[in-house]
Amino acid sequence: MNTIPEKHFLNEEKGLKSWLLTLDHKRIGVMYLYAIMFFFLIGGLLAVVLRLELTSPGTDFIEAETYNQFFTLHGAIMIFLFIIPSIPAALGNLILPLMLGAKDVAFPRLNLASWYIYVLGSLFAIFAIVSGGVDTGWTFYTPYSTESAGSVVSMTMGVFILGFSSIFTGINFIVTIHKMRAPGLTWFKMPLFVWGLYATAIIQVLATPVLGITVLLLILERVLGIGIFDPAMGGDPVLYQHFFWFYSHPAVYIMILPGMGIISELISTFSHKKIFGYKAIAFSSLGIAFLSFLVWGHHMFTSGQSELAAMIFSFLTFFVGIPSGIKVFNWLATMYKGQISFEAPMLYTLSFLFLFTIGGLTGIFLGALSVDVHLHDTYFVVAHFHYVMMGGTVMAFLGGLHYWWPKIWGRMYSEKWAKIAAALIFVGFNMTFFTQFILGTKGMPRRYYNYLDQYQPLHAFSSFGSWILGAGFVVMAVYLIHGMLKGKPAGNNPWGALSFEWTTSSPPPTHNFEETPELKHGPYDYDKVLAETTI
Amino acid sequence: MSAHSEKTHIIPVKTYLAIGGLLMALTIVTVLVSFINLGGFNIVVALAIASVKALLVAFFFMHLYYDNKTYLIIFTIGLIFLTIFLSLTMFDTLRRDVVDPIEAQTIRKDAIIYQQEK
Amino acid sequence: MSNHTHATHLAHHFADEEQQRESAKMGMWVFLLTEILLFGGLFVFYAIYRSWHPDMFYNAHLQLDVVMGTINTVVLITSSITIALAIRSMQVDEQKKAVIFLIITVLLAATFMVIKYFEYSHKFELGQLPGKFYTFKGIQGSNPHIFFSVYFAMTGLHGLHVLIGMGVILWVIRRAARGEFSSEYYTPVEMTGLYWHLVDLIWIFLFPLLYLIG
Repeated sequence: MNTIPEKHFLNEEKGLKSWLLTLDHKRIGVMYLYAIMFFFLIGGLLAVVLRLELTSPGTDFIEAETYNQFFTLHGAIMIFLFIIPSIPAALGNLILPLMLGAKDVAFPRLNLASWYIYVLGSLFAIFAIVSGGVDTGWTFYTPYSTESAGSVVSMTMGVFILGFSSIFTGINFIVTIHKMRAPGLTWFKMPLFVWGLYATAIIQVLATPVLGITVLLLILERVLGIGIFDPAMGGDPVLYQHFFWFYSHPAVYIMILPGMGIISELISTFSHKKIFGYKAIAFSSLGIAFLSFLVWGHHMFTSGQSELAAMIFSFLTFFVGIPSGIKVFNWLATMYKGQISFEAPMLYTLSFLFLFTIGGLTGIFLGALSVDVHLHDTYFVVAHFHYVMMGGTVMAFLGGLHYWWPKIWGRMYSEKWAKIAAALIFVGFNMTFFTQFILGTKGMPRRYYNYLDQYQPLHAFSSFGSWILGAGFVVMAVYLIHGMLKGKPAGNNPWGALSFEWTTSSPPPTHNFEETPELKHGPYDYDKVLAETTI
Repeated sequence: MSAHSEKTHIIPVKTYLAIGGLLMALTIVTVLVSFINLGGFNIVVALAIASVKALLVAFFFMHLYYDNKTYLIIFTIGLIFLTIFLSLTMFDTLRRDVVDPIEAQTIRKDAIIYQQEK
Repeated sequence: MSNHTHATHLAHHFADEEQQRESAKMGMWVFLLTEILLFGGLFVFYAIYRSWHPDMFYNAHLQLDVVMGTINTVVLITSSITIALAIRSMQVDEQKKAVIFLIITVLLAATFMVIKYFEYSHKFELGQLPGKFYTFKGIQGSNPHIFFSVYFAMTGLHGLHVLIGMGVILWVIRRAARGEFSSEYYTPVEMTGLYWHLVDLIWIFLFPLLYLIG
């Protein structure tokens, strides 16, 4: 019978102060988890309202100005306050040191600081919402963002501050992975989630400073009129897009790479089989990280950048398909002839494989110069983006959340309800967004408040899907919270996985391990371990 | 203590002063060269001297020459990605009419602040 | 004494002093990497506008004072030497000397800022200001206000880094004066040094690019 240890990181110290001043990476991870889930809720509600408004043409529930603010907020909140910190800062903080067999991350104070900076940044964003809102879209393109009446300065200041939070997490993870590995845990014995986080941290550190300087210049442009992005002042707005996408394209990989890391863990665990092509998966993460810096111009094919640059960027974009393809094929090969079991984390993994492949493939369409000129700024882009970000990252995040939920809280959630929620989310998601591919090819532009009658049936169908999707998340919230409070004790290793975090108790003690763990087998040596246990 | 002193390379004061002197000399050289008209080569010389100075600071004052090579790699990565950023952006900004000549004109040749004066 | 500091400065999650020291150093280098890219954005921005308006950049740069710029370069390089010597003094356990070198460093940094202040106030008087505040007449070429946007953005961000550096050095001086450092443990001094050298390094590029356009 599984029991919960008497003392663990959640109850060793009590009171609000012990949480707010904690240096424990697990507690900081939990605080991040609460924060991002709060913003996921807000962003999700905004999305439902947007879809509700779009069910039929004309004004239904909200005014056009409100609509513009809502889609900006939905984008900005989901990207800067949810997806970017979701896997690295929340799950990564919780799990990374455990996976390495370390007592903590390298710089615990910096870690706590990053959480406070995140909160500060989110306060700026909230202030922007209440003090007039922002209607520029999450990309803050100039010259509109320097002229729009909304509180752009407060919002971009929030983005600037959030960037620091992201940088600090990145620095912490890079150093932790380099210096804090348990004895015997060499680079090629690390779990692939760690490789994913490592590649992510590299991008965070390299790209985020450029976002910092970009929004700083945008603020200077708006407040002081320095004229560098303003065509009326001899500046060049396209330059803003270069600066913005030099960060924001890699940022998309900040979002997806750790998700891919999670998928590598889950596929191997639930296929009960050694991961296929370990090194290929590890290096493809670094490959994606590197390529992410070479392709930003594919967001700008219709912006007025030179045709030569557009051709180069289009050509380079195709290369991203290679490491992504390597990953998908290796995952499939891992599943081949494995003993696959279909617990909730695996259901999300399968959703990921299916949805991410669609998202990635349509990304190649959009990366092709001539096709993009037709599809640019239509719902096709919206659908592609959501297939990659929600179908990819969020599915991986949910898979990871279900996978490590018993490790974090020591208790299991209801498997039956988890399956129901996974089904609702999968169906709802495809109804909502597959429709939008069709809308896009028919020419429905993104970010439009009103539309022609001919698009109405598809819009209505998409909105209907969003309710199913929403219902899935409500079910999930209920059973996860119930599981966390009243679920059955999970035991140290409910899934029979092999990496370090499953060798300690659930929830882990404050110092993670009773004694420094020693590597007995690699994280995916299911063949060896299964052979030993049967003998 | 023993492991500690193995890791820390103590550089003699003389080296620091010599490098410092070299930096000063290069500063004077770069100022003097800037007054000679070399056409397009002025910027090349200026950047070359600045790079030498930067490398001196990085290798000796920041101990990159003696320290673990990881730090040197980190430093180099920064420069590589900066080069990528600059060169790919310039494929746009310097090549806007290469494939098709641009027929449209810039919105205003001079910024509005000058136009209002006229 | 040295054994005592050894024990208190080792955080619980590190196995030994060396791991802790190397982690701090690596973290600092990764941080410096972010600084390189932060300033890098401005350098890219400079390069693009200079490539668009080479003549205007040449004419506008004549307004900058080469003498003051040169003096500031010398001041900053000297401060880099003194902070390097401060760290060396720490390594050989000469704390008093180290404190003196640190104080000289901070004074040199202050000198840099004072000279910068005179340069800035002169520009303010003449109306050589960024963007829409630009009122100066007498620079040939299109859009000279862009040059001053670039100038103020680059030197402003750099000046901000100098100010932050002064604050950090003062904090390190305080700790050093209390005898918190020794040849066993001087990581904060070393990290401050790395940061300060980077500030110097950026100025080494800013100086020829802004003051010495040939």
